[in-house]
Amino acid sequence: MQNNQDKIAISIRNVTQRFGDASQPDSVLALDNVSLDIKKGEFVCLLGPSGCGKSTLLNVVGGLFKPTSGTATVEGRLVDGKPHPDKIAFVFQESTLFPWYTVIENFHIALKFQGIPKAEWDDRAMAALRAVGMASFARHYPDQLSVGMRQRVNMARGICVKTDILLMDEPFAALDEQTRMVLGEDLSQLLAETGKTIVFVTHSLSEAVFLSDRIAVFTARPGKIKTIIDVDTPHPRSPDFMLEPKFSELRNECYALLRDEIRATMALQRDPQAV
Amino acid sequence: MDRSSLSSRSVQWAFLALAAGAWYLATATGSVSRLFLPPPREVFTALVALVQTNAFWSAVLVTASTVAKAYVLALIIGILAGYLVSRSKLAVATIEPVISGLFTIPITLFFPMFILFFGVGTGSKVAYGATYAFFPIALNTIAAFANMEQRYLLAAQSMGGNRWQIFRYVLMPGALPVLFTGLRIGFFICLASVLGGETISSVAGVGRNIALTAELMEPGRMFAWISFVVCMSVVLNLLAFSFENRIRAR
Repeated sequence: MQNNQDKIAISIRNVTQRFGDASQPDSVLALDNVSLDIKKGEFVCLLGPSGCGKSTLLNVVGGLFKPTSGTATVEGRLVDGKPHPDKIAFVFQESTLFPWYTVIENFHIALKFQGIPKAEWDDRAMAALRAVGMASFARHYPDQLSVGMRQRVNMARGICVKTDILLMDEPFAALDEQTRMVLGEDLSQLLAETGKTIVFVTHSLSEAVFLSDRIAVFTARPGKIKTIIDVDTPHPRSPDFMLEPKFSELRNECYALLRDEIRATMALQRDPQAV
Repeated sequence: MDRSSLSSRSVQWAFLALAAGAWYLATATGSVSRLFLPPPREVFTALVALVQTNAFWSAVLVTASTVAKAYVLALIIGILAGYLVSRSKLAVATIEPVISGLFTIPITLFFPMFILFFGVGTGSKVAYGATYAFFPIALNTIAAFANMEQRYLLAAQSMGGNRWQIFRYVLMPGALPVLFTGLRIGFFICLASVLGGETISSVAGVGRNIALTAELMEPGRMFAWISFVVCMSVVLNLLAFSFENRIRAR
């Protein structure tokens, strides 16, 4: 592993996250000693029941906060609770397009914040919008777009800043199944073209299998990685991949792994004393 | 203008016409004494005569400059205080209820103290108007900045925006619509307080003249002053609304 160091994009070491004081009964252990290495250009899904800490882990990698203990390293640099916008772009669960700017202005702001020269703004923004088929909506305000279109643009904004790493926190959660599938294909295409490293948090089994090179299946809270499943199919993946027997086998495997965890989570929600 | 706003506009005009008709009828039939409510024609004649006097314009100037001073004071202190409070959750939780609590007290009760402290001249009206207008401005500033959705700030942070950039490009434009509502409400409260203060106790200004003409039993002139204020308020309100809409539409 040590000699492979240059190929590792993200290295997560013994990350533990507790919310609240450990001595208090209402403190929550969200992540329990999680370690994971993600290779350059790899698409890794964090799959698990709700509240298992997968989004928390993503935020730790993205530097939105510092974990209770453990470290995240991105391309050899310690994250340490600060965003590294030159290396990492975020796409959040809900659209974070600023409603007071048009689509193109939203891209400009992101590029400005990243310190990218003004001369490149329009080309980059339009290229990213074209990649998700939204180029003709550049002058629209986010409120004038449907939820699906907004999330498309939101994803494009994450792409246009050209970081090597893209962290996506359930970006398709608010979308209908059909829009999800189309965006999933776009994303697979994008991965094949750009070679970005993508970490993707999801609830959806099909989404995880369709998109991932590897799926990290989480346990119920406190979140630990239960198993890592390899999906050995090259990107870009066509929708036909979903019809292959391999796809359903992997999906079923994920479901079998998750079933007990989902039950544990639901028991926890019904009665906090149960676990 | 679309259909529904067209029809609501015509209802508004109809209401105005109805009020004017009632005014005319009440005075024409003699069912209301001319001393309490003079007929529209008399008020109009008085208004035309009034705007041709120097006294009228000097009174308007006094009131306008008093309102301007009071408003600028309230604006600066209100926005500054509101912004500072909005920066800390603890401050919002402790100070915001105090400000909104104080706002429910009729500050008019303290008007005599303003006279005691600042004299019967314009100073007391500036202080009084500024005090009243401070509250809606500060409260809306707190609401505008403190209720900013966290996800926008998080996104801006993850894009690498520095503190000034996040303020300038995210916090400010996001807060502007609510902030501006506070500025509009604050302005009209300021105007009302200054005019009210002038009516109760002062030596000059529009409010002073309204009180004076009432004491002198000159209803025609009194209503001429009042109609002038009403017209000005309507115009200012329309201006404020169109400005606010332009900000929202951006």
